[in-house]
Amino acid sequence: MAASLFYFLVFPGLLFTAVAGGFLSWFDRKITASVQFRKGPPLLQPFYDFFKLLLVKETILPRQGSPLIFLFAPVFAVFGAAVAAVFILLPMFNITSGFKGDLLVIFYLLTIPSFSYVIGSLASGNPLAAVGGSREMKLIISYEMTFLLVIAGIILKASQNFDLYNIINIQQEGTPFIGSISGVILFIVGIFCIQAKLGLVPFDMAEAETEINSGAFIEYSGVPYALIKLTKYIMLFILPAFLIALLMSGFNLKGINILWAVLKLIGVVLLLTLIRNTNPRIKIKQAISFFMVWMNLFAIIAIVLAYFGY
Amino acid sequence: MFHFGGASCNNCDIEILDCLTPRYDLERFGILLVGSIRHADVLLVNGSINRRDKDRLIELYNQAPKPILVVAIGACGCTGGIFAEGNTFAGPVDKIIPVNAYIPGCPPKPEAIIAGIVKLVNNS
Repeated sequence: MAASLFYFLVFPGLLFTAVAGGFLSWFDRKITASVQFRKGPPLLQPFYDFFKLLLVKETILPRQGSPLIFLFAPVFAVFGAAVAAVFILLPMFNITSGFKGDLLVIFYLLTIPSFSYVIGSLASGNPLAAVGGSREMKLIISYEMTFLLVIAGIILKASQNFDLYNIINIQQEGTPFIGSISGVILFIVGIFCIQAKLGLVPFDMAEAETEINSGAFIEYSGVPYALIKLTKYIMLFILPAFLIALLMSGFNLKGINILWAVLKLIGVVLLLTLIRNTNPRIKIKQAISFFMVWMNLFAIIAIVLAYFGY
Repeated sequence: MFHFGGASCNNCDIEILDCLTPRYDLERFGILLVGSIRHADVLLVNGSINRRDKDRLIELYNQAPKPILVVAIGACGCTGGIFAEGNTFAGPVDKIIPVNAYIPGCPPKPEAIIAGIVKLVNNS
C-alpha cells in the first residue's frame, strides 16, 4: 500500500512527471522562442506559472453552467494523467509491481485528460468553450482510431505481446522497432497522434488562442487552471516517453545510458516543437480527414509490412 | 497579460504589439498575451475611455480573477490627453477602475512599456 502510494504520488507518478514535464515545457517554449529569433522565458517559468495560479489567483465560477462538474473535470484530468504516468513509467524504469503493463489499460487512461477537458468546457456554459469542446471531441474521435492502430502494429511487431515490460525487453535484446520500415512509418504516425493528443499547433483547434480565445479553457482561472497546466506538463512528458517505450527501446538506466535516455526524450520533444512551429493551424474537417484517411492508411500499410516481417 | 483597447487612435496598440515582437520579446520576463481575461494577471488599458467603453471596462475588471494589476498606457489612458474635455469622454482609467501603473507618452516607446511592466512585477 505504502509502495503503491509512493509510486503514484512521488517517483514515477505525480511529482516526478510534473517536474520533468515542467522542464520539458520550458524547453518547448525556449525552442519556440529561438525558432522565432527571440530569447525565451527563464528556466523556472512553468513553475512560476503553476504556483501563481495555485496559490495566488482567485477562482471564478461561471454563473451559467454546472460548477461542480466544472471544478471536478481538471481533477479527473490530473488523476488520469498521473495514473497513466505511473503505468507507463513503471515498466520503463523496470520496477516490478502488481501491474503487468497492459497496453490497452494505458491507452484508455491516456484518453481521460482529453475527455475531462471536453466535460469541463461543456460545463462552463460559455459558447466559445462549447465550440472548443466540440472540436476537441471531434479530434478525439479522429485520432484515437489511428493511435489504436499504431499500438496494434507494435503488438504485431512484438510477436503478440500485450505488455509493456515484454515489449521493452524484446527491443533491448534485439533491435529497436524503429530500425525497420514499418517501425519508421509507425513512428511518423505516432508523432502526429501525440501532437493531436497534446493539442499542439497543427491540431490546436480546440484551444485556438487567436480564434476562440483558448476555447475549452476560456472560463478556467485559479486552482482549476493550475491543475490543467499540471496535466499538460505531465502529458508533455509521458506521451513522448510512451512513444520511446513502444518504438525506441525505452529507457536503459545503467551508467552512461541515462544520458542516452534523456537525449531520446529531448529529441522527440524537439521534433514535436519543430512541427508545432513550422505549421499553421488546420481546420477540424482537415484534421479528421488527415487522421481518418491518410494516417489510418499509413498505419495499416505499416501493419501489413510488419506482418510480412519488414 | 490581457489587452483592452479603448477608443484609441491605434498608435498605442501598435506599440504594445511591438513589445511582443522578436525585437523586444516580452516572453523574456515570462509575459505572454492571453486571449481570455480569466487567464490574465495584468490588464493593459489604452486609449481614451468613452461612455460606451466604460461599462465594458468595469465588466471586464469584475470578471478578472484577483489579484490583477492594471496598467494605463499612453496619454489618453493616464489623463485623457487631448480628449480630456470631450463630450463623450468618461474619465481617465483611474476614475473607473484602480490603476497600478501609468505609462505616459503619445505613444509610449516599447522600451517604456517594458520598463513600466518590469518595475510593476518587481514591486509586487
